[in-house]
Amino acid sequence: MGIKTSSLGLKHRIKKNLSDSFMRASIANAQDRINRKRADCYAELGHFEKWRDLAMDIRSHVLDYLDYYLEQFTDSAQKAGAAVHFAKDDREAVELAKTIFLQKKAKKAVKTKSMVTEEIGLNEALEEIGIEILETDLGEYLLQLDGKDKPSHIVIPALHKDRRRIREVLAQKAGYKGDVTPEAMTRFVRGILRDAFLSADVAVSGCNFAVAETGTIALMTNEGNGRFITGIPKTLITFMGMERVVPTFEELDILFSMLARSSVGVRTSVYMSLITGPRGKADLDGPEELHIIIIDNGRSNVLAGSFKDVLRCIRCGTCMLECPAYRHVGGHGYGVLYPGPLGAALVTELAGYEEHKDVTEICSLCGACNDVCPVKIPLVESILEHRRIIAEDKRLAGWMKDAVYSQYGRVIGNSAYYASASRLARLANHAPRIGPLKEWTKARELPKIPAERFRDWFAGRKRKEAGS
Amino acid sequence: MKVSFFITCLADNVLPNVGIKSVQLLEKLGCSVFFNPKQTCCGQPLVNSGYLEKAKKSMCTLMDALLEDDCEYIVAPSGSCVLQVKEFPRFFQGDAVWESRAKLLADKTCEITDFVVNILKVTDVGAVLNGRGAYHPSCHMSRMLGVKEPPYQLLKNVKGLKLVSFKGQDKCCGFGGTFSVNMADLSGAMVKEKVRNIAAAGVDYLIGADGACLMNIQGRIRRENLNIRVLHVVEALMAG
Repeated sequence: MGIKTSSLGLKHRIKKNLSDSFMRASIANAQDRINRKRADCYAELGHFEKWRDLAMDIRSHVLDYLDYYLEQFTDSAQKAGAAVHFAKDDREAVELAKTIFLQKKAKKAVKTKSMVTEEIGLNEALEEIGIEILETDLGEYLLQLDGKDKPSHIVIPALHKDRRRIREVLAQKAGYKGDVTPEAMTRFVRGILRDAFLSADVAVSGCNFAVAETGTIALMTNEGNGRFITGIPKTLITFMGMERVVPTFEELDILFSMLARSSVGVRTSVYMSLITGPRGKADLDGPEELHIIIIDNGRSNVLAGSFKDVLRCIRCGTCMLECPAYRHVGGHGYGVLYPGPLGAALVTELAGYEEHKDVTEICSLCGACNDVCPVKIPLVESILEHRRIIAEDKRLAGWMKDAVYSQYGRVIGNSAYYASASRLARLANHAPRIGPLKEWTKARELPKIPAERFRDWFAGRKRKEAGS
Repeated sequence: MKVSFFITCLADNVLPNVGIKSVQLLEKLGCSVFFNPKQTCCGQPLVNSGYLEKAKKSMCTLMDALLEDDCEYIVAPSGSCVLQVKEFPRFFQGDAVWESRAKLLADKTCEITDFVVNILKVTDVGAVLNGRGAYHPSCHMSRMLGVKEPPYQLLKNVKGLKLVSFKGQDKCCGFGGTFSVNMADLSGAMVKEKVRNIAAAGVDYLIGADGACLMNIQGRIRRENLNIRVLHVVEALMAG
């Protein structure tokens, strides 16, 4: 799929998603419910700020010594019997995967949820060479079944669908005849997935964290599909973004605990699969062959630049759940794979300003995300800095904006210009409702501009005092 | 105490009553208030749109104006503009002339409710306002500047005022500066939800401490013809 998920322009995308009242109701409902749960389970844990500092320190430390930890991870994983591959970009990652599939003469694959595989467009590439790849995370499965619908949240991909929509999809595309309860629908899907797990040649997984000391891949799921994926098929290919590493199990414990709480507001995920190499002689299950593909795809550049902090992200999606803009336009409003504040801070770094500069505009700079990010990424500051680079360094804001803001800067830079301009602004009550005034009045009235400014009142009072 | 009043361009031009009530409140509490008419705008609309360099001239103009009268404190009726001034030292980092002035200005500048409660040590200003009121905590002021409690401390002591909470109280109203016109549809959706929640609380007053958010919320309230009066916190504190 790649980073870009929509060909619509910014305003159209926003309008289209704002008009989807079902989606908006689903997202608002999910935000309210999960945010409450998150607050509760962090309150129970206590010392939220200290936990955030600790998690931030762990992630920052790993990023500072990423070359060291990646090497350690690679050594440990190889010692445990895994094949470790490095891919510098999406194309290389996909080619590596294809080669493994061709070697294994594999036709069918099952897959856990993984944002990095979406980022590199894995499914499409494999389908092109005739491989049938089935998503087994319930949300991702529903999106795939719905004819290539796209994830609107990085942890809860079908967040934009409510249960009625889900039933429609299941009925139309998979012949579901049951009721609209989550239990019945999940049971139905489970039947389909069980067969797929048993018949797949290759399994594909993502990676929440990779433990450097032991070469272990840690995978969290809530539905148990991770267990099947890592337990049954003979070959497992794990994709990981190169920044997913933690030093030891001690740090894994802390980050895992934060990830579960921040992503869906629970103390722990239902399942955690820890894969250290392929199956050993004494093991009853597990893959016979394990490939780990470590993906750069722009991350090295981010690491070397001024937005390094953004790489601390543990992909919990809590910034999206807290974001008031995301609430109304959903993940699809952003038109990119990583939506919300994280997307606005990260996407231009991974995929360039030229194509993605408008993502940075879907933000009112309210700062709610900063307050909940478990690894304290300065999201708002990053978004503002992107805007500055777009306007000043890259000069991509457009001549019209440049001209308007230049003029504005000149006026407010000079006391005399400002004083006359502000007197002129008294006429705004009669100005035609065009341009910004038209935009403002779409949803609200304009304030009435009073005849007397504060400065006039103050000067008048002073004159009176002097006179009396 | 000598206080230089930083009116903020929005209040100067659109909400002069906020300035008037601020001055009256400060004087009532024993301050002598200076207003330097050379002040313009803190440059936030430019900075938030990415034009930091183009905003710097206005920041220098503002620094000169607000520091000219050599007051102990500089007080503004807007958390957002105060936050911006607090960022000046970062913007002028390494600048031989302006960095130290930026630091001086940032140190002296205080949001008005914060000033009243934490510097003047007053929480009851003797105001009377009868009815139910809800307070909207503006994002920049409460989250980023960190001024959360002072408005509540002051409003709790307003006689006759029953403060109520409402759903999504601490959520952004959708203003976001130029966001409100650049992303008008989205901003509109946000303020509609905010006003829906305010209306559901059945209040007579919606009170806030940042003129821009209040202008946004009031604009929506007027569009819906709701019978809710929008007040800046200083207007509530000077009532009765």
